[in-house]
Amino acid sequence: MDDLSGTLFNFENYGELLVLVRNSIYAGALLGIVGGLIGVFVMQRDLQFAVHGISELSFAGASAALLFGVNVVAGSILGSLIAALLIGVLGVRARERNSIVAVLMPFGLGLGILFLALYPGRSANQFGLLTGQIVSVDNEQLGLLVTISIVVIIGLFVMWRPLSFASVDADVARARGLPVAAISIAFMVLLGLAVAVSIQIVGALLVLALLVTPAAAAMRVTASPFLTPLLAVLFAVVSMVGGILLAIGGGLPISPFVTTISFLIYVLCRVIGWQQQRSGSRGERTVSPGRAAGPTVRLSE
Amino acid sequence: MTPSPDASILSLRQATLSFGDRPLWRGLNLELKAGEFLAVLGPNGTGKTSLLRTILGQQQLTSGTVELLGGPVGRGSRDIGYIPQQKLLDAGTPLRARDLVGFGINGHRWGLPVSSRAMRRRVDEVLESVGASDLANASVASLSGGEQQRIRVGQAIAGNPRLLLCDEPLLSLDLQYQRAVSELIDEKRRELNTAVVFVTHDVNPILNMVDRVLYLAGGQFRVGTPDEVLRSEVLSYMYDTPVEVIRSRGRVIVIGAPDGYGAHDHENHHVHGDGGHH
Repeated sequence: MDDLSGTLFNFENYGELLVLVRNSIYAGALLGIVGGLIGVFVMQRDLQFAVHGISELSFAGASAALLFGVNVVAGSILGSLIAALLIGVLGVRARERNSIVAVLMPFGLGLGILFLALYPGRSANQFGLLTGQIVSVDNEQLGLLVTISIVVIIGLFVMWRPLSFASVDADVARARGLPVAAISIAFMVLLGLAVAVSIQIVGALLVLALLVTPAAAAMRVTASPFLTPLLAVLFAVVSMVGGILLAIGGGLPISPFVTTISFLIYVLCRVIGWQQQRSGSRGERTVSPGRAAGPTVRLSE
Repeated sequence: MTPSPDASILSLRQATLSFGDRPLWRGLNLELKAGEFLAVLGPNGTGKTSLLRTILGQQQLTSGTVELLGGPVGRGSRDIGYIPQQKLLDAGTPLRARDLVGFGINGHRWGLPVSSRAMRRRVDEVLESVGASDLANASVASLSGGEQQRIRVGQAIAGNPRLLLCDEPLLSLDLQYQRAVSELIDEKRRELNTAVVFVTHDVNPILNMVDRVLYLAGGQFRVGTPDEVLRSEVLSYMYDTPVEVIRSRGRVIVIGAPDGYGAHDHENHHVHGDGGHH
């Protein structure tokens, strides 16, 4: 038992390790921002399952790149974008989308496993694509990941308002002349990029812990359009950075730590949300006492 | 800017819409003036919603023309306010009543949703005018159906539209809310001189507000005042079967109307207001 906890949490020479992985921590924090922000829209657009589908094709792209000796991040992005666009174009309706994701997912995973099986190099690299490997990402790739993350964040900021409108209220947005379909495709591209970056760090299997769980947790405790993304970012950054800090000691993959922290935050938020609901503090309704009991519609003014 | 009273807002000329060889309506001529309230009635499957989709540029006419404010229709328009059916939002959807109204003003604008003081004031005004000031910061998902539709009216009028399209906005509301929401729509169109196209399966909640009725059934249409259209002879002719229209205590009750088109139509019997309950 001591051995196990020693492996899980080993903080010898921690200071030196911390210096070594400093860049990874920055990258992790940045990725947390990406995951928290985009997660809010993933939830609103009901794309949780699609995220998983995209990540499997992204994994296939990354492992193909590994096999053919080209840039893994580039391969990952290519796979991501193909999947995101397929899902975006073909899966406009939720039911169709789920079928397409369900078809793409095993195909992508299968391809990825094939490429990895053919890959003669170190198996740690292979495993990393599935379960995360931020510590082994070199500086050049880290630079690429940071660049893409910034592109995603800027893209989201630019389209935030119309994207929110189109996400929660598509019919009215369309009637008001918003290019809802184009916005949807643009969002899928950003999502594809975000998934491709996340895969390098938490791995294909665990992307949801970064792109969905923090936003889902935030939405349990607030319905404010400002607090929701802020909390989601906070949760995602805490999960990422916390996960990295805990993982480096034992030299273990970071993803189990990231996913566990992320999960615990979600559980906590559910409990808080449940208590808010019981005490009726949710919704911030300000009904004057005289009218609190009756319907709030005035029949004539 | 108040549009001149006789400005044509919406104009359909010889408009025909068919799906395959099944015409929904043929040779439809319709001019809608500013401030006019048109109810679109008829059983399901007769192209009521397709008419709205045509006006929104989401549905091409088989033949004929449709014009909005004297020009061809685009894919939606900022001159249009749209009130959809009430639908449930997922709990936790980060959207307050004021955000929904705000979308009606600047939802098309790029950037982060930081609102100026002027914008906040405008939203407050709109909420006040639909009697929903006390719901401003409530999450939309937490509101009742009637409250949501009240906010929807605010959202639709917030951008000062020339044309208000309402797609069954009273569906799934109880009678009290049906009256409150339709009165609100009526009040606002008079205030803003907005033309209204109101699609509904039950004319009764809006009977005393409508200027004209467009009745769609059996691949045909009739346009006229409620008194001209909602008569036994007219509907019997359109349905090609004896139909009786009874006027009782300010309500219209249609007896014996078969399904227009679409045998899958199960909501039809209650269609012409045998009470408006669900």
